[in-house]
Amino acid sequence: MVVIEEGRGRLFTDPDPDRAREFFRKKSRKMTNKLMSLKKATEEFVHDGDYLAIGGFGANRTPIAACHEIVRQGRKNMGFAGHTSTHDFQILAASEAFNRVDIAYVVGLEARGLSQCARKYMQSGKVEVCEWTNYGLSARLKAAAMGVPYIPTRNMLGTDTFKYSGGKIAECPFTGKRLMLQPALYPDISVIHVHEADIYGNARIRGIMISDDDLARASKRVIITTERLIPNKEIRRDPTSTVIPFYLVDAVCEVLYGAYPGTMPYEYFSDEEHIQEWLRVQDDPVEFQEFLNRNIYDCPDHYEYIQRNGGIHRITELRQKELLLHKEVESGRL
Amino acid sequence: MADYNIIEIMICVAARELEDGATVGVGTGAPCAAAMLAQRTHSPNLVIMFEAGGVDPQLPEMPISVGDTRTFYKAVMASSMCDIMETCCRGFVDYTFLGGAQIDMYGNLNSTIIGADHSKPKVRFPGSGGANDFASFCWRMLVMIVQDTRRFVEKVDFITTPGWLEGGDSRAKSGLPLDAGPYRIITNMGVMDFERESKRMRVISTNPGYSFEEIQLNCGFELLRAPDITETKPPTEEELRILREEVDPYKYVLGR
Repeated sequence: MVVIEEGRGRLFTDPDPDRAREFFRKKSRKMTNKLMSLKKATEEFVHDGDYLAIGGFGANRTPIAACHEIVRQGRKNMGFAGHTSTHDFQILAASEAFNRVDIAYVVGLEARGLSQCARKYMQSGKVEVCEWTNYGLSARLKAAAMGVPYIPTRNMLGTDTFKYSGGKIAECPFTGKRLMLQPALYPDISVIHVHEADIYGNARIRGIMISDDDLARASKRVIITTERLIPNKEIRRDPTSTVIPFYLVDAVCEVLYGAYPGTMPYEYFSDEEHIQEWLRVQDDPVEFQEFLNRNIYDCPDHYEYIQRNGGIHRITELRQKELLLHKEVESGRL
Repeated sequence: MADYNIIEIMICVAARELEDGATVGVGTGAPCAAAMLAQRTHSPNLVIMFEAGGVDPQLPEMPISVGDTRTFYKAVMASSMCDIMETCCRGFVDYTFLGGAQIDMYGNLNSTIIGADHSKPKVRFPGSGGANDFASFCWRMLVMIVQDTRRFVEKVDFITTPGWLEGGDSRAKSGLPLDAGPYRIITNMGVMDFERESKRMRVISTNPGYSFEEIQLNCGFELLRAPDITETKPPTEEELRILREEVDPYKYVLGR
């Protein structure tokens, strides 16, 4: 295969499938109890310098509790997969946890606006970046999940997004067409928030998958945070619902409301007022630091954080909103 | 004539481009509002797809994120990023709706950086997200963007998302799927398409109250002129009612 053009971005992870196989060969296949606190899981499996990927999409089914814990434990010099990373990105940017990022979408919070702290950090010159696209990063995870060094796609061609990526363009040996080659992305660690999991790591997700099936398979280590722990008997009663099998998983943490203030499909909607507060306080560095202290550094865990922001009352409102019950409540009809 | 603001006319004009039975990949904000308006007027069978996996939802309200639960509310499928983008790549998706910080005469879009030094940009924007993917794969790209010389520039600082690249047959030569590309640029002042050979942006209609000259004045490059420039049909009372009461009652998009 003839390489026609190369992106100038650096690959932050090794795409070699044989080195990944060496790692996976040594990973335990035993169905052991992996239930532990998020604090312990983070201490054990998230290291300074690791390449981190976060499951979900934007502020949807994103393991925010884990992002807070990573910040609380002061992880630094991490690599990061910015795969429509919004609220999770601004949390990690606030503590400057990463210094290199594969970017598909960062800094913004979609329709909500832009994070000034994330933007400032990305404009500081302190962060090495490599450009990709949402599908580009999904395809890279898929290549890793397939155990191959790359897969060809037809996006990114002809653009600066390609020029500043770590991809290559080559001629297709069958058709002669120019193809984008997406190098496999094997994160050192990923954290994925799910609806239900057993103590071994067998996990269920409701609603859109985004890229989390491939992400779990591509990652060397996986922490699952789950809304609810369920018995293994229930997993075995309905294996069709399992999307992540236990052998991929290193730790299982039961974190009810673990995606708050983001959305958890069919459970609770995002707390838009609180996310807006996040964006607002970034205008003033002193206020922002106090806000971070109050909501992250001085909180022992996620439950205290939720407690400080309205607790179960707020969660109840967000549950109504998620299920569109607020419309019935307001109007008295469907 | 009905009273409307610049966002409302752009959304109404955009919605009319989406015919019944077509498929469209959209993001949040104005593009989603246009698709929802089309569904509630002339295109009840318009199939909306979201990049995070939502397929053909019955949107109860404007989503805040392209991955929030509304994007697969009463949908036919809750799928994945790869599935949606691969569906686009196979040629199943007719339209996509995008925006950006800058656009050039070939419809190339910048949503990555302002400035010359990529490693230390003057302004960092979010990046491609799914825009490059949708624009590469969907048959027809529509762009909604406010008309001014800051946005319509001779050369974008960074080509995040492909338009017709350098014009002519440059897009086909790049390896991007054949025959797909920019189709309509919808602004507050008019509507543009692209001249067949050169692939340069061309004014095809002017919005009420605007002339070709005014559009040119608010554009940083030379625009072509279609042989028969028409006047854009203004939003109807009914379109505005649906848009304001059903599509965006909380004014997420319209209020801006």
